[in-house]
Amino acid sequence: MSTRLAKGGRLINRDRPLGIRFDGRWMRAYQGDTLASALLANGQLVMGRSFKYHRPRSVMACGPEEPNALMGIGQGGRFEPNRRATQQIVYEGLEARSQNAWPSLDFDIGRVNDWGARFLPAGFYYKTFLAPRPFWKHVFEPFIRRAAGLGAAPAEPDEDRYEYTYAHCDTLVVGGGIAGLLAARAASERGERVVLVEQAAHWGGRAPVDGVVIDDLPADVWVKNAMEVLEKAENVTMLPHCEGSGVYDHGYVLCNESLTDHIAEKAGPRQRVWRVRAKHVVTATGAIERPLAFPGNDRPGVVLASALRDYVVNYGVSLGDRTVIVTNNDDAYRTALALLEAGLQVPAIIDARGAADSTLVNEVRGLGVNVHLERGIAKVIGGDTITGVAVCLQAGEGAVLQEIGCDCIAMSGGWSPVVHLWSHCGGKLNWDEARAMFYPDPTRPPTDGNGEGFVTPIGAASGALTTAEVLANVAETMDIAAPATEAETPAPLAPIWMMPQGAGPELRAKMWLDYQNDVKVSDLRLAAQEGFESVEHAKRYTTLGMATDQGKLSNINGLAVLADRLDESIPKVGTTTFRPPYTPVTIGALAGEAKGDLFQPIRRTPLHDWHDANGAYWEPVGQWRRPYCYPKPGESHADAVAREVKNTRQSLGILDASTLGKLLVRGPDAARFLDMVYTNMMSSLKPGRCRYGLMCDENGFLMDDGVVARIDDQTFLCHTTSGGAEHIHIWMEDWLQCEWWDWKVHVVNLTEQFAQIALVGPSARNVLEALGGMDVSAGALPFMGWVEGRLGDFNVKVYRISFSGELSYEIAVPANQAQALWMALLEAGVADDITPYGTEALHVMRAEKGFVMIGDETDGTVIPQDLGLDWAVSKKKDDFLGKRGQQRAEFQKPDRWKLVGLETLDGSVLEDGAYAIADGTNDNGQTNTQGRVTSTYYSPTLERGIAMGLVANGPQRMGEVIKFTRIGKDPVAARIVSPVFYDPDGEKQNV
Amino acid sequence: MSDISVTALPPLGMITLRGDLVLLAKAVAKVTGCAKPDQRLSTTSNGCRLIWMSPDEYMLVCDHIDVADITAKISVALQKEFATIADVSDARAAFDLAGTEAQVALSRLVPVDFAAMAPTEVRRTRMAQVPAALWREGQGWRVICFRSVSRYAEDLLRNAART
Repeated sequence: MSTRLAKGGRLINRDRPLGIRFDGRWMRAYQGDTLASALLANGQLVMGRSFKYHRPRSVMACGPEEPNALMGIGQGGRFEPNRRATQQIVYEGLEARSQNAWPSLDFDIGRVNDWGARFLPAGFYYKTFLAPRPFWKHVFEPFIRRAAGLGAAPAEPDEDRYEYTYAHCDTLVVGGGIAGLLAARAASERGERVVLVEQAAHWGGRAPVDGVVIDDLPADVWVKNAMEVLEKAENVTMLPHCEGSGVYDHGYVLCNESLTDHIAEKAGPRQRVWRVRAKHVVTATGAIERPLAFPGNDRPGVVLASALRDYVVNYGVSLGDRTVIVTNNDDAYRTALALLEAGLQVPAIIDARGAADSTLVNEVRGLGVNVHLERGIAKVIGGDTITGVAVCLQAGEGAVLQEIGCDCIAMSGGWSPVVHLWSHCGGKLNWDEARAMFYPDPTRPPTDGNGEGFVTPIGAASGALTTAEVLANVAETMDIAAPATEAETPAPLAPIWMMPQGAGPELRAKMWLDYQNDVKVSDLRLAAQEGFESVEHAKRYTTLGMATDQGKLSNINGLAVLADRLDESIPKVGTTTFRPPYTPVTIGALAGEAKGDLFQPIRRTPLHDWHDANGAYWEPVGQWRRPYCYPKPGESHADAVAREVKNTRQSLGILDASTLGKLLVRGPDAARFLDMVYTNMMSSLKPGRCRYGLMCDENGFLMDDGVVARIDDQTFLCHTTSGGAEHIHIWMEDWLQCEWWDWKVHVVNLTEQFAQIALVGPSARNVLEALGGMDVSAGALPFMGWVEGRLGDFNVKVYRISFSGELSYEIAVPANQAQALWMALLEAGVADDITPYGTEALHVMRAEKGFVMIGDETDGTVIPQDLGLDWAVSKKKDDFLGKRGQQRAEFQKPDRWKLVGLETLDGSVLEDGAYAIADGTNDNGQTNTQGRVTSTYYSPTLERGIAMGLVANGPQRMGEVIKFTRIGKDPVAARIVSPVFYDPDGEKQNV
Repeated sequence: MSDISVTALPPLGMITLRGDLVLLAKAVAKVTGCAKPDQRLSTTSNGCRLIWMSPDEYMLVCDHIDVADITAKISVALQKEFATIADVSDARAAFDLAGTEAQVALSRLVPVDFAAMAPTEVRRTRMAQVPAALWREGQGWRVICFRSVSRYAEDLLRNAART
C-alpha cells in the first residue's frame, strides 16, 4: 500500500493542500505534487490498464519515460487523453480519469485477454486475420479498432488557444540539471545568447535526490546559487515546463512550453511552441534507468529504483513499507539509503552480480542491509498486492531458493543516456560494453550547413554517469574549471537482459519489456525465431517501442534480447531510429494560432464585403473566395445561375474579375521574352491591342492562359488565370533569372494593385457611355482593343475582351476605388437590369461558347493541340517553351483524346468526369474507355445539358453517338458535336 | 493585460522600382532626398522611405497623395534607362504596432531575429501563413502585407497582441 510519509518531500508544500478528482473520487494533494505522487499518497497504486492484456499497472518511473500511468486530464473542451501522471502537476480541482479499463480500473473485463495471453503472441493479428478477405472490412477491423487505443479522443473542440514564439540564440541548452545549468552559465559568461529549457517544473535534475555535493554545498544549494546567477544574466532566457522536443537541420529546434497545464487558472494560451534557431545545441538530457526483465516485473509495486527514490525524497511518498531492491549495478543502492533515511525497511538487495565492492555498497551493507549476490527474482508473490519475492540463482533456471517478504520491489538494470535529441538529426552512437549502454559518438555528430557538428551532448546524456564524471565532462566541453565533487568508483555493472538467465518459456512469457504495448521477452524471441531479425522488423512485428512512450524503457532491453536470440552483438543489431518529438506534442500546439478564423488566410477581393452583404454564395478558388452566384430569397443556386446567365445574355451582367493575375512585363526584351513564354506570337501585337495567349511548360502541356495587352513598345500586361498569378510570376522570374539572365525584362506582379470589373451583355456599352468620359464606340474601341482614360470619376483601363461571347468590357481600376466604381456601374445599369453574376454563370457562358478553362479541360497531360487550339500555337517562331515537347511522337497519334462538344440525346446533363465507354475490357478486366467529360452544365440559354469532353479522335467523329458512364445508373448516350454551342459566328460580341 | 495597440493604416503611397540600383537611387535621391539604402536597409527623407527589396528592386513608401507626382518625376529621370516604375499603393495594407510588448507579439508570428536587426532594416519575411515585411517606424513597428490578406493579417496581429 502506498502512502504519504510524515516527513520529507522537497518539491511539495505541505502548507498548501488542495483537492483533485480521480475517477470521480475527491483526493487530497499538496501543491507541488505530480498526479502520480498524489495518487500514491492516497493509496491509489493501480493507475492504468495495459494496452493488450488489460493488466493492472502502476507507475514504473517518475518522469517523461513513464509507460503505465497514462490518464485523461480535464473535461469537455479541455479533455486530453494519454497524459503521463508522472509529469502532470496537480492544481485545485484537477480532473483525472483512468483509461483502457471497463467497467472500472479495479475490475476490468478486458483482463480476459491476459488469461488467454498465450493465445495472443507476437504477430497474432497478422497471422489470424488473413482470410476470408471480406471479413477484414466488416468483422476484424471494426473489432480491432474497438479494442485498440488507450485514451479516448476528445469529443469536443479544443477550448484552449496556442501560440508560437520564434527565438534565436547562440546556444540552446536542453535540460536544466546540474550539467545544463553549468553549461548555460559557461555560455552566458562567454557573452552568448543562451536559451535554457527544462521539461520539469523544477531545476537541478536528480542531483538533489541523489545527495550530490558540489563545491562543498548540497546540490539543492548549489542549484539555487546557479539559478540566481542565470536569472540575473540578461543574455539568458530560462524556460521551465518547456521540453526540447525535436532537433532538425540547420540548428532548428522545436521546444514545447506548457503554460497552463499545471495551474487551475486557464487564461491565456495553453501551450507555446518555441521554434528556436540555435547556432549550437547542447543536450543535457540526462539518462534513463532501465528495468530488469524478471517474471512479474510489471506488477503494481514494482518500480524503477531511481523513481522510488524520487517519490520518497521529492514528494514524501512511499510505495510500500518493505522494499526489496533488485539490481545489476551500484546505483540502486542509493535507493536503499533514501528508504532507510525515510524510516522504511529494505529486507534485502538482490544483486545479480558476482561481486559488489564499492564505497556505496559497503555503506549500505554497513547499515545492516542483507545483500544477496548472484541472485535473481524467480517470481513476484502475492495477489492484488505484492507480499514477497521468490529468490533464485541468476545463473540458473529459476528454482526458488527462498522467499523474502516485501510489498514493493525497486529494480535497476543500469542507465541509458537520453540520446534522442542527439540522434534526431543524424548523431551516431557507440556501444559501451562495460556499462552496457549506447552513448553519443562525439566524432559523428549531426552536422550543420558547413559540415560541423551542431549538437553537443553533455553530462549524463553524453555517457557520464557519476557526478564527478558529469562535472568533468561539462568542464571539458565548455572549457571551464570543473566544480569540486568527490570522485566515485562504482563496482562494475553486470549486463543482465533476462533474470534468471536460464529462464524457460513459462517464465519468459511473464517478463515484460514494453509495458505500454505489452511486449514480453517471449514475443521478441518468437519474432527472431520467425525471421524478423532486423531490429526495425522485430519492432514492427512485436510493436516493441511503438506506444506513446516510444520505448524509452524498453528499447535497449528489447534489442539485447533480440541480439541474444540471434547470437549477435548488441551494437551489430543496433537501435531503432529515434524520431521527434521526445514526448507527444498536442496537435493544438503544433497548429499554433491557426484555428478558427486564422486557420488559413482567405484572399478577399476589394469587392468582397459588397458580395458578402449581397448574399453571395461563396466558392473557393485557390485561396480566393469568389461569389459562385447571388441567390435571391427563395431561389435555389441553380435558379440563381440560370437567372444570372439569362439576364447577362439578354441585357447586362457584372462580374468581379479582380482575382485575374496581372503581370506587368517591361523592358527592351519584353516582346522577345513573351514570344518564348507564350505559344503564340506576342511581338507582333500592336500597342492598344489585346491577344489571347497560351503558356505551356517545357513538356508542352498547357499550363495557363489569358489575354495579353500591349501597353507600349516595351510594355505588356499579361493576364493569368485566377489561381495562376503567383505561379506564372515565379515561372517568368525563374526563366529570367536562371536561363535568360542577360535579357532586359522586368516582371512586376500588379494583381492586387488593380480590381477588374467585367461589364457583360448587349447593354454594356450604354452603361459605359452613361458614365461618360471615354469613347467606347465600336470604332474607337473595337473587339480585342484596350484604352486608358477617365470613366466618370475613375482612372481606368478598359479592355474589350469577352469570355462569354457577349459584348464585354473588363475595367481595371486601382483597388481602393473598386467599390466606388462598382456602385457607379450598378447605378448606371439599373435601367438595363444590371445583374451581378458569379463564377458558375461565368462557367456556363464560357462553356456555351466552347471556351476552355485551365483545370477543367486541362489536367497537366493536355497540350493545346488536344483542345483544337492549334491556331494559338505559332508555327513561325523558332522556339518557345513547350515547342520541342509538343513534337513528341505520342502527341501526334491520331487517336489522342481531343476536345469536342457533347449533347445527350435526352437533353440531360452528363456527369462531371464521366467516361466514354469503348468496346471490350483491358488487362485488368476493366471496361475500356475512349474519352471523358471535362466540363458539363445545364445551359439556361439552350435549355438543355451541354458538355465538353476529350474523346479519342473526337473532331473526326462529329455526329457519332457514344455512351457515357453514370454512377449507379445505366450509361447515357451523347452525340459528338462542335464545342461551340451558342452563337458560332460570334455575332453577339461583334457589335 | 498587454499594452499593444494595432492600427490599420489608411493607404500609403508605394512605388516599386526595378533596375540598376545605382541608377534608381540617383533618380530617387533627386526627387525625394532619400539616400541609397544598403542591402536589407532603408533610408528616409521628407516623409519618404526608400527600402532595399532585392538586388534590383527598391520600394519607395510615401504619402498616398504624392504618388503620381513622384512617379512622374522619377519616370522622367529614368526614361532613357532600363528601369520599371510601378504604382503599387493599392496592392498592400499597412499596420502600425505600438507598445512595449509589440516586438514580443511580432515574435509569435514572424521568424525574425529582432536583436540582430539593424535600426533601419526592413525584413521581408513570413507572418504566419502570408508574406509580410516589417520595419521600425517611430517607437513602434510597421507591418505591410498584400491587401487580399489584410483581414487575416489584422486578425493575426490582434490575436498575437492579446496575450
